[in-house]
This record gives sequence, structure tokens and C-alpha cells, in this order.
Amino acid sequence: MTTFLIAVGSLVAICGILALLLVIADRYLNDYGICKLIINKGSREEEVEGGSTLLSSLNSAGVFIPSACGGQGSCGLCKLKVHSGAPPVLPTEEPHLSPEETKDHVRLCCQLKVHEDMELEIPEELFNIREFEGTVESLTDLNHDIKLLRIALPEGEELDIIPGQYMQLETPAYKKTPEPVYRAYSIASDPLDKTHIDLVIRLVPDGICTTYVFEHMESGQSVKLNGPYGDFRLTETDKDMVFIAGGSGMAPFLSILAKMRNENIQRNATYFFGARAKRDLICLDRMKEFEEALPNFTFVPCLSEPMPDDDWDGETGLVTDVVKKRFPDLSDMEAYLCGSPGMCDASVAALTANGMPEENIFFDKFS
Amino acid sequence: MMHLLVIFLAAAFTENILLARFLGMCSFLAISRQIKTSVGLGFAVVFVTTFTAAINWLLHTYVMVPLNIEFLELIVFIVVIAAFVQLVEMIIERFSPSLYFSLGIFLPLITVNCAILGVSLFMLNKEGFRFWESLVFGFGSGIGWLLAIVLMAGIREQIKEDKIPAGLRGSGITLIITGIIALAFVAFSGMIK
Repeated sequence: MTTFLIAVGSLVAICGILALLLVIADRYLNDYGICKLIINKGSREEEVEGGSTLLSSLNSAGVFIPSACGGQGSCGLCKLKVHSGAPPVLPTEEPHLSPEETKDHVRLCCQLKVHEDMELEIPEELFNIREFEGTVESLTDLNHDIKLLRIALPEGEELDIIPGQYMQLETPAYKKTPEPVYRAYSIASDPLDKTHIDLVIRLVPDGICTTYVFEHMESGQSVKLNGPYGDFRLTETDKDMVFIAGGSGMAPFLSILAKMRNENIQRNATYFFGARAKRDLICLDRMKEFEEALPNFTFVPCLSEPMPDDDWDGETGLVTDVVKKRFPDLSDMEAYLCGSPGMCDASVAALTANGMPEENIFFDKFS
Repeated sequence: MMHLLVIFLAAAFTENILLARFLGMCSFLAISRQIKTSVGLGFAVVFVTTFTAAINWLLHTYVMVPLNIEFLELIVFIVVIAAFVQLVEMIIERFSPSLYFSLGIFLPLITVNCAILGVSLFMLNKEGFRFWESLVFGFGSGIGWLLAIVLMAGIREQIKEDKIPAGLRGSGITLIITGIIALAFVAFSGMIK
């Protein structure tokens, strides 16, 4: 018994002393003082405590660099150009960097430690990506299977978005998922309203996030989201436009149309909304408002299987056929699509068949 | 003094930890492509074997023998080696960043290099080793490992362009060469009685 106690005691003592030694050493040896991060040739400067990784230093300075693996060096998303103050490329970075990137001083910022002042280059749009803990302000039914989720940002926070961008919404762990998962949703809010984010969410049978939103989310609860991401947006040409999107694919167009109204963009635009029956249509009143504010905008709902009591006198048939019928020549127009991969591919085929060059077609495919 | 020199020569040549006992093979096979990196890793091993042998001798003699807990030596040695490597890593990172980055991932790998643990355990088999003798034994063993890996790196740099049968490239030919060098090292055995 005594031998046992002596053995355990001395082992604990030895390990404790070694751990203490390491903590003291870490305290004194790993102290690099305050280091300056000079971002984009001095357009922004941050002072951070040296010794930790560039990724976590930037994070603590409020610059949110995308990283899916949480800094383990396995996803390769946190690439940045580092012009000075960086040690040579580490073996843990090599698998993620092409020879051109190495030449361009591209580094994985989760592997680099900040030991001295550093000069880096961060794409401007990343400055805007942040993580928020918002509050569910309202959850409104748009029809039988689509809800509008309105999230209020924390007091004092503002978000600048480009209409067409999306946010990642966190679903916390619940019975369908053991760990939090993120799903991307297009932003539907007016870009002038910088304190709220609207997301349009359609119930996907058995979907992790949509089930959570439909069955567990309540107004007043807090939700985590980050963004904005994405480069789906209005071009700066004055070409006539076709929008094609059904269901929750309407989200980015609500935001794009709000921008057109705010900035008085009077381009010709026709929005084809494909649905099965009248009960699948959403936001008809909002579309009416946009039509009144934008004389060159037309909303064209197309029902593929109207029910007898729908009393429908609008367009019927597949949305792609309606587009083809209305615009026999699309060669000098632009198209914006948002929807499932199947719907996007079918639309691209229909549009190119009527002469639209592929580079004029922009889409936001659900994945 | 002569006595310490004999211990050193025996540890480095006749009882070469790598060529006579075949310990520390994994990093030896992986890192022996270039002389430059193998010299770096070799010196890191020399440093770590020397000091861990000394620390472990002190712990063994003044803690474990008096308390009658020699059966714990394996686990205690591993803990000491792991902590010491961490410490060395921090010191090198702080004072010689260039060496730190040229050693890169090899430094933490030393923690699991069995040659290091082997040195500490063999030291205990040598009856009557005192502190200085243990230190020299650790140093000599480290130098022996350094010698072996640098020799191999030199040979591998020479044969890089040679036509080696596909099935033997890489580890295959390296192990064959290691065997031949080991045979040559047997010749040292007459040197020390």
C-alpha cells in the first residue's frame, strides 16, 4: 500500500514539477511583446500580443478569416499574403500551397506565429465578414412551407451587404445533430437596413437546419451567424435582365430589388417565379410594391400545375418555357438565377438555346 | 579522464545506438535525404540525449532508488523526455528562429524517437555509472546517432541520380546500406575491451 502511494505521489510530483517548469518557460520565452500587423500597405494597423498564431491574432483584432478546420492546418482556407515578418514556409503549410502561391508569399495564417511586426494583404471583402450573435426578431410564414426569418443584430452592430450575398446560419446541437452545423442562406433584407438580416427558409423534409428553424426556433432566442460571403450580385451594365427563381430562391432578389429601388436603377428587369400552384407563391404584395416603384420591372409568376380552384389567369407551364416564349432573342440580355442545381442547369440550357452567352448568366446554386 | 573517453568511444562506435542496436530508425529513414537537415536533426538528438541522460540519472539515483520505485523508470523517463523536448523547442524558437524553422517538425518528433529513451534505459544497465559517466554516455550515444545519419545522408545524396531497381528505391536501399554500414561498425568492436 505504501509503495503504491509513494509511486503515485512521486509520479504526480515529477509531472507537476515538469508542468510548472514548462508554464514558467512559456511565460518568459514565449513573450514577444506587442507586435504590429500592418494590413494592406498601412490602410489598417492592429497591435496584437505576439506569440500566438496569425489566425487567432487577427481574430482577436476583429478580422474574421475563413477557416473550416479551426486552425489545424487541414482545410487550407485561411490563405493570406504575408510580405514581411514571416518565417520560411513550414512543412505543415507546404501541402496547401502551389508553387505560384509560394512565390507570391501566400501563407496559411493558422500555422504562422506572430513574433515580430508583419506586413500582410487581406482582401477588402474579408474585413466585412464577422460573426454575430443576433436575436430572432420574427419568424413569419410566407406560405405553407417557407418562412421569413428576421434577425436583429446585437445593439450597436451594423452590417454592410452587397445584395446577392449570403450568410451562414448556425444550427446548435439538438436531436438531429450532435454538433453545431452551419448552412448558407441568401440575405433577403434591404441593404439600407444595416441592423437586421432577413433570411428566407424553405422546409426541407428532414433537413437539419430547416427542421430546427421550423420546429424549435422561437422569436427572442439568440442565433449565431457569420458572413456576408459570395460574389452573386448585380452587374454594372445597363443590359436588360431576366431573374429566374422559385421558392426560397426569391431571397437574393428581394435584396437586389430593394437596392434597385433605393438607387433608382431603371434597368429593364423581368422576374420569372416558378411554382406549382397558387399556394406556393410568396411575397406577392412586396413584388407589387417593387413594380410600382420600378416602372421597368415586371413580376411574372408561372404555375406549372394550377389547381382548379386557383382561378389562375397568369402564365402556366414550366418557367423555362415561359422565359423562352417571352424572350425569343436573349443574346443581349443578362440572367440571374437562384435555386437548386437542377433548376439552374435547366434554366442555363433554356437561356443559351435562345442565344444568351454563358458569361451573361449569373447564378447562386443551392448546395 | 581516460575512463570517460572509453565510455564516449564505446557509446559512439562499438555500441552505436542506431547501427548496433537499430533504435531511432524511423526518423533516420525519413530525414536522411540531405546532409543539411540530417546534421540539424543529429545535433538536436545529441543535445536531447545528453541532457535527458543526465536528468534521468539524477532522478533515478536520488528519487527512484531511495523511494524504491525503480519500476516507474520507464514512464518517468518518457515524461522527462517529452517535457525536455518541449523546453528545447521553446528555447530554440526564441533564440535561434532560423534553426527552429530548419528543424521544423523534426524537433517535436524527437520526443518519440526511441533512441533517446533507449539511451536512458541502457545507461541503467551499466553498473556503477556516476553522473559524469552518464552525461558522457548520453553525449556519446547522441554523437553516434548523428554520425550514422550524416553518413547515410552523404551516401543518399551520392546515389540520388543512380539507377536503383524500382522496388528498392527509398527505404529499401536505405535499409540495405544501413546493414552494410552496421557490418563495417562491427570492426570497431575490437577497439574497446
